[in-house]
Amino acid sequence: MTKGKKELNVEQLVKYFKDEFKTKIKSIEIKKRATGSKKKEFSNIWMKIDKSIFKKVIKHLCDYQFPHLAVVSGSDLGKNIELTYHFSVNFGTRLNEISLNIAVEIPKSKPEIETICDYIPGALITEREKQEMLGVKVIGIPDTRRLFLPDDFPKDVYPWRKDEKGMEKLIRNLHEVKK
Amino acid sequence: MTKQKEVTKTTYQLPIGPIHPALKEPVMFEFEIDGERIIDVDVSLGHVHRAIEWTGMRRNPIQIIYLAERICGICSFVHPFAFVRAVENACDIQVPERADYLRVVHGELERICSHMLWAGVAAHEIGFDSVLYLTWEMREKALDLTEYLTGNRVTKAILTIGGIRRDITKEHIPKIQETMKYLKDNFEKLRKVYLDDKTFQIRSQNCGILTYEDALKLCAVGPTTRASGVKKDVRVDQAYAAYSDLDIDYMTPDVLTGEVNGDVYDRIIVRLLEVKQSIGLIEQAIDKMPAGDLVSEPKIPKLLNYIKKTAGEGIGRDEAPRGEVIHYVKFDGEHEQPYTWKVRASTYNNILPWIPMLKGEQIADIPIVAASTDPCMSCTNRVAVVNKNKKYELNKEQLHQLSVAKTRRLMR
Repeated sequence: MTKGKKELNVEQLVKYFKDEFKTKIKSIEIKKRATGSKKKEFSNIWMKIDKSIFKKVIKHLCDYQFPHLAVVSGSDLGKNIELTYHFSVNFGTRLNEISLNIAVEIPKSKPEIETICDYIPGALITEREKQEMLGVKVIGIPDTRRLFLPDDFPKDVYPWRKDEKGMEKLIRNLHEVKK
Repeated sequence: MTKQKEVTKTTYQLPIGPIHPALKEPVMFEFEIDGERIIDVDVSLGHVHRAIEWTGMRRNPIQIIYLAERICGICSFVHPFAFVRAVENACDIQVPERADYLRVVHGELERICSHMLWAGVAAHEIGFDSVLYLTWEMREKALDLTEYLTGNRVTKAILTIGGIRRDITKEHIPKIQETMKYLKDNFEKLRKVYLDDKTFQIRSQNCGILTYEDALKLCAVGPTTRASGVKKDVRVDQAYAAYSDLDIDYMTPDVLTGEVNGDVYDRIIVRLLEVKQSIGLIEQAIDKMPAGDLVSEPKIPKLLNYIKKTAGEGIGRDEAPRGEVIHYVKFDGEHEQPYTWKVRASTYNNILPWIPMLKGEQIADIPIVAASTDPCMSCTNRVAVVNKNKKYELNKEQLHQLSVAKTRRLMR
């Protein structure tokens, strides 16, 4: 869709983000791994960003090339919730793909993140999953319903949380209930 | 459209699923129907939740391999593969060259089995059951080879972190060659049935179209996206296992027909081309396979101890028969169990593309269009559910009756 622009390599792509957002990018790291007999390399970029620039980073990425969003993963880090958006760019030419992982931390006191469905409509399923599994409020999401959890699942219980909102009290051990 | 509205003022709701004879696995569709046409469609998921990620976060990485294997019966190689790659990336564990090649062989063998199975199901969905037998007979040979190489037909238990558990020795080679020859010899028959047969053409051409833009925007993966002309195949895009050493290219329908329509027919073409490609890849991998170790660290307690002390995160992407599978793991450096484990199966990304595919089609096309993405609900619904949902409970007797009815239907 946005092909035709010159494809950037890993270092250039890192620079592309660094130039635009500078100190708002908390950390950025390139991980390379070689494989097979010919030891061809594959690169992963791991980027941690500030919540305030989140939407701008996604826009900046879409300006470069329409990315493929694989999934959004999430971890409960105690005080914060970390969401990692796993993108890939430069697919379509042999061995040119770059995995781009953008992590953003949001505080549990105000677990809110903007939707990216306006840029990438395919993000809907994974954003709905984050809402029900981590209790993150996705602002502006086109469909607010639950995805995997049934309608009679208790409210305010989020299976991926590791705190009191997790589902520890819902668990029945088979050896205890003797079934 | 405005004229039609004057005649029929109301549309109808048609629920299909979660348990329905046309669906192989539980998923719920709610269609809005105007006469025979589908106006809108909504998909609900979650009927086969098994809390696999949640369970995994309470087990050590070696145990998770076997849990990941049980996410899906058909993709029982690619899920553990994506998981071990995620762990290897997170903890920087090396993989011997020979293991990289062996992983290709098993991965491609699984692709052949899966695409053959799909081809049979697709034929069955349009009422062409004799073709189901033809494809499944061929698939049986591939399964026999799988059993011969791994000791099991489905759950292969062949992978481990940092390598692979069983070797392919000289004695194995003749049987592999024999099976590949059989598949190649019969491939032409298959191609003729699927691509030249009138019935298939009528039912699949210009049906369930997914445009290039939609495929890209909705993040579709695998043969579903390639049939719409998006060149996306993890095996070609990035260097993993031994794929970067082998001769491989994107299989889009224009390779064969010179054009891309993004319909069900194109999805059949892509899968057939990939079966042929997989046969070639297995032969290449066997041919070029270097000698060497199978695992970088054979002592499992030592490996687990190393993982326990390593903090880090990693992803493993892998091209499953249905498309890209991605696993994400995060270790905290204190526990053996991963702090986070996220599984994303290919069908997860192919749910949204169903909507543009089904809109405007007829009710009778629902099974073949839905089947054309090769959906796998058990992979997609793998997250936590603890509450019992009595709505869909079936007792043993009912289940048995359903099973008998299904067998009779298949035997017909």
